Amino acid sequence: MPKAFTPKVVTANHLLAGDVIYQTATGWTRELREAEVLTDEADADLRLIEASQQVDDVVGAYLADVAVVDGLPTPTHFRETFRATGPSNYALGKQVDLATGNYEDAN
Amino acid sequence: MYSYSEFDTAFLASRNAQFRAQVERRISGALTEDEFKPLRLMNGLYLQLHAYMLRVAIPYGTLNSAKMRKLADLAERWDKGYGHFTTRQNIQYNWPELKDVPDMLDALAEVSMHAIQTSGNTIRNVTADHFAGAAADEIADPRPVAELLRQWSTDHPEFQFMPRKFKIAITGSPNDRAVTKAHDIGLRMLERDGQRGFEVIVGGGLGRTPMIGKVINDFLPEADLLPYLEAIVSVWNQIGRRDNKYKARIKITVHEHGIDEIRRLVEERFEQTRKTFSGVDQQMLREIEAHFAAPDFREGDTSAYDNARQHYPAFRSWSDTNLTKHKHPDHAIVTISLKAHGATPGDASAAQMRLIAGLAERYGYDEIRISHEQNVILPHVHKADLPSIYSALQAEGLGTANVGLISDIIACPGMDYCALATARSIPIAQEIATAFDDLKREHDIGQLKIKISGCINACGHHHVGHIGILGLDRAGVENYQITLGGDHTETAAVGDRVGPGFSADEIVPAVERIVDTYLDLRISADEAFIDTYKRTGMAPFKAALYPEAKVAAE
Repeated sequence: MPKAFTPKVVTANHLLAGDVIYQTATGWTRELREAEVLTDEADADLRLIEASQQVDDVVGAYLADVAVVDGLPTPTHFRETFRATGPSNYALGKQVDLATGNYEDAN
Repeated sequence: MYSYSEFDTAFLASRNAQFRAQVERRISGALTEDEFKPLRLMNGLYLQLHAYMLRVAIPYGTLNSAKMRKLADLAERWDKGYGHFTTRQNIQYNWPELKDVPDMLDALAEVSMHAIQTSGNTIRNVTADHFAGAAADEIADPRPVAELLRQWSTDHPEFQFMPRKFKIAITGSPNDRAVTKAHDIGLRMLERDGQRGFEVIVGGGLGRTPMIGKVINDFLPEADLLPYLEAIVSVWNQIGRRDNKYKARIKITVHEHGIDEIRRLVEERFEQTRKTFSGVDQQMLREIEAHFAAPDFREGDTSAYDNARQHYPAFRSWSDTNLTKHKHPDHAIVTISLKAHGATPGDASAAQMRLIAGLAERYGYDEIRISHEQNVILPHVHKADLPSIYSALQAEGLGTANVGLISDIIACPGMDYCALATARSIPIAQEIATAFDDLKREHDIGQLKIKISGCINACGHHHVGHIGILGLDRAGVENYQITLGGDHTETAAVGDRVGPGFSADEIVPAVERIVDTYLDLRISADEAFIDTYKRTGMAPFKAALYPEAKVAAE
């Protein structure tokens, strides 16, 4: 039996800043909580194709598993947790940039 | 230190201008990522987990104060105030933005530095003994040859699109500090009947298939070096496997064909390459050697050093662990530990880099080296200056007395930064160092090399660690495998895997059990961990790590 489809988000790196971005219904965001959660497999595949075609500002788009916790997408794998927060040896990256609002619009 | 010729400077300027145009074309959308990726990799620019990463070459680990200050400037101006020194004697910046990279490369060019061939399927930065030019046990300084190899391999038209990357390491000392047996080519300088030459080792490497290199030529006369190396790389370039990247490195080629067949093919090719070298390379080597002339070592009273050792226990402890015998009796080699307990192995802040630059300029004949063990070396220091250097280092968090001890851990960036990683390395290194520091046990434990990699590619050299730790992803959870008995020296050996891995919570207690077992087993404090392991084998360590297995067997 094929494996049941689990919720996903489209994620990539931003061409200029290189940081992690997530697809929303209308564009891109730097915050996982704002990402569009895709619950339908065909829809997810389509959204990934759309993201992969935006070659001018998006690099390496792929589908990442999430769980919806309290209505918000949350990583299910530790790699995605680090991508969503930043390194564990310094308070750098998203863990501080998001808290301080120190980031530019991802679009 | 080698200073760039007009030709070197012009080449670098044109490469940087070329890459600037490529970045502009990528940003404008004229180049796709598929088109741009090989171009950026040729210039050391990766896209990692959180950001771009720029890997800057430090050829054979040699810097001076101007170069170190420039590295500090880059960290401050275009990164987040620090850099990470790697097991390849390079420095990596973890946070640059794409548009800034051409400016960073231009800034590096001001001090004759670059990021060329720090990635891609080319001959990478040539690494060397970090005590080169200073060690008491050295036959000759290997850096002039390393510089010749840099010039030969940079932009070599035949070797830009090889089956895989290619790494060369060189040592001028019988005591191998350059891990030559774990490189695609390892060179060990020898002297025979008054003639200088090399033992040439081929097909070593770590990664998913660790191999100890094999001797392809036990004495290659110095004059034949470039044509012979060109023959080796050329043979591999032709028959190395391009169908499977995991079988593409020369270690697999040597393994599949056998060293005797590879030697025969190389000799055959060498007959051709030798004719194409007119001797200009040897003339160039003589010119390069002049750049590496030893400094005019200062003579003088060293009693300040003896007094400080007598009266200051902290200085004595530091000088016990962080100094190495210099070829000049009044001098010492200083290893500055980038392994403060709980800090990230290999990281240095801009302020620390500037302090080191200042110390090198004031006390160290303006010479600095980076070790593959992720520390910084002041290769020539008059002993009378050591107390002043130690207090300056302490003030900037660089006075840790732990070189060669259990907290002097090699760790790759792991999943905190690296897109290839399967688990984190840095926090494990931090926790081990902190745990042993809390109990103040490491000086009693003595020489013990822990090396940690966050994936099978083994940038953290875990296979050759006395205790090797490999971080893996086991069903979505970080898991750490332990190997014991690895050796990175002239008696190189790949460590033995002890058994099932440990979770992130269990790995530090597991290392503590290994160390406790060693302390129980050692004959005396003079028997180092690796010697005890060689004497007893794995069984007692395995029993300590997996007591439940012992119970089950009984």
